[in-house]
Amino acid sequence: MAWWPPTSAGPPDVPLFEALRLALQTLRTQKLKSSFALIGVFIGVMFLIAAWSIVNGMNLYMTEKFAGTIIGVNTFHLRRRPDFTPNVSDSLWRAWARRPRITFGDARAVAVGIHTPVITAWESSSTRNIEARGREVRDAQVTGATERYFDIKNLRIAQGRAFTAQEARGGALVVVIGYDVVDKLFPDRDPINKEVRIGGRPYRVIGVVERQGKLFGFSLDRFAVAPALSPMQHLVNPPGVVDALIVKAQSLPAMREAMAEAEGIMRSRRHLRPTQDNNFALETSEGVLDFWAGIQRFLFIVGPGIVLIALVVGGIVIMNIMLMAVAERTREIGIRKSLGARRMDILRQFLAESSAIAAAGGGLGVLAGVGLTILLGAATPLPAALSPLSIVLGLTLGTVVGVIAGVYPASRAARLDPIAALRQE
Amino acid sequence: MTPQDFRTGDTPLPDIIILTHRLTRVYDMGAEQVHALRGVSVQIRRNEYVAIMGPSGSGKSTLMNLIGCLDTPTAGEYWLNSQKVSELGDDELAHIRNKEIGFVFQTFNLLPRATALHNVELPLIYAGLSARQRREQAATALERVGLGDRMTHKPNELSGGQRQRVAIARALVNNPSILLADEPTGNLDSATSAEIMGLFGDLHSQGQTVLMVTHEQDIAAHAARVVTLHDGLVATDQRRAA
Ligand SMILES: Nc1ncnc2c1ncn2[C@@H]1O[C@H](COP(=O)(O)OP(=O)(O)OP(=O)(O)O)[C@@H](O)[C@H]1O
Ligand SMILES: [Mg+2]
Repeated sequence: MAWWPPTSAGPPDVPLFEALRLALQTLRTQKLKSSFALIGVFIGVMFLIAAWSIVNGMNLYMTEKFAGTIIGVNTFHLRRRPDFTPNVSDSLWRAWARRPRITFGDARAVAVGIHTPVITAWESSSTRNIEARGREVRDAQVTGATERYFDIKNLRIAQGRAFTAQEARGGALVVVIGYDVVDKLFPDRDPINKEVRIGGRPYRVIGVVERQGKLFGFSLDRFAVAPALSPMQHLVNPPGVVDALIVKAQSLPAMREAMAEAEGIMRSRRHLRPTQDNNFALETSEGVLDFWAGIQRFLFIVGPGIVLIALVVGGIVIMNIMLMAVAERTREIGIRKSLGARRMDILRQFLAESSAIAAAGGGLGVLAGVGLTILLGAATPLPAALSPLSIVLGLTLGTVVGVIAGVYPASRAARLDPIAALRQE
Repeated sequence: MTPQDFRTGDTPLPDIIILTHRLTRVYDMGAEQVHALRGVSVQIRRNEYVAIMGPSGSGKSTLMNLIGCLDTPTAGEYWLNSQKVSELGDDELAHIRNKEIGFVFQTFNLLPRATALHNVELPLIYAGLSARQRREQAATALERVGLGDRMTHKPNELSGGQRQRVAIARALVNNPSILLADEPTGNLDSATSAEIMGLFGDLHSQGQTVLMVTHEQDIAAHAARVVTLHDGLVATDQRRAA
């Protein structure tokens, strides 16, 4: 092993195995002290793995699901103001509120005016109750959209169908619903062609979207989507207004090109002079991901800090316990030295002991960390995903802490004078 | 060649196992210095049985510790088996303690949590022997001191005499050049002391060189030669007529 320098002449080294055997024997006989010593490393490693799992899980969520679901890949939204707005000043918020809204006319002009191949959809949402057969789903998300909405949002239809372009244009009283709505209103029957009431108007259910799961504890299946020009439009926005025009391109460069075109069309429609800023927003998933990257940077500074503190405290505890062990076993060290143990043999024995303690703490910490990860994933809305790297790192760090914490006590033991050590009671 | 003839720069004759030349040991107590040994010159031949006597504080244990390579002299020379030990470093001394010296202490110095067998195995661990070789040799040594049936006992499950036998087995297990014993019967009653002395006699007659410190005349009487120390110097050195 690397941590002891090679010895010069003399008999072959006492094999590492022997030192480890001795170490385990001591741990067995000194269970209480050893378990105290391993608690610090245990906590550090457990925290490391659990925290890592959460960051890792959030990361997967943010990059794959959240950003993908909320905005979508190669997709931008044309809105009055950005939808995803952490940390916005009041003055900026007020400036946004004074902007003109995106009208049906804006949405049509941009959708038609972009020459880059794209697909587009209108989207306007609000929350309303959905009723049927005397039951109701409270505060569901109700959306008025056009027919490509389902493609763009990656919402696959599990039963029935999406609405057609004609239904969208004609404002047909049809609706596509999520599974929470099905579960609540039609728990024991086929929902297709059944009637639901939203805002007092009847809609015929023509499709059900595949189950979407949860995001931070919020169900993604509690919704209904109707054609944008159906009476739904009066529930979600003032007349002639959409929340967003969603534009999806085939690639990132195509998206950028389409964004530039949309910007030009909007600026000319609003008669903006070159010196004036846009009074509309073109939002991509980058904003969401930037925000997440910020949180992640913070976590990557704070997380290791906490782990480090736990490990340092653990190391200090181990060091103190080992110093106590050395003091307590001075006579044993004297006996071993009188029988021919060299400094290196004693050093190795105590280092093996402290590393064994720390490795045991690390191992248990890994188990507890994995357990905690599973528990967090099951019992809280936090997404948690175990990272194998964190397990390797946890075990390594734990053992390294043990070795470092053991060096000083072990070298104290190794330097003991045999006669003085033997004289100790 | 007598101790008086030896000069610095000489080497001992081949049959001399132990030679000390004007060995001194001064304990530095800060304010004052304790001169425990003030120039001890002795020679011990192979297969001698020597007792060291002298009043308390005369330096007997100090001399034994130097001869046992547990301590290093302040000045003077110490030769063991024609090797000048007084110049060696820590690890080399450990090696000599392991290979050349078997030390028996008044207080036994056994590891309390280890079995008799494991206690006897200890020197062999540091000699780098395999587990099987260790077991075999330790078992043989325990049989040699009459404890073949007590191998798995821990020290607190053994009588004082049996503990000292375990310590003797441990001292012998590496076939040392010399068996050193500092008041080996100091903690034992007279019957048990006689047993241990019987064992020493047997070992000596099998060819073992023995050097022993004692306070008691009748224990010293087992030895063929008695060296007395007085105030850190050799006072008398007498061989009994065989
Ligand atoms: N570690 C030490 N530090 C200081 N002085 C010491 C030390 N060891 C021994 N001495 C002193 O050296 C002198 C010789 O001590 P030593 O132990 O060799 O005597 P001894 O002949 O073995 O006595 P006893 O018969 O009582 O065992 C004594 O004066 C003692 O106080
Ligand atoms: Mg003494």
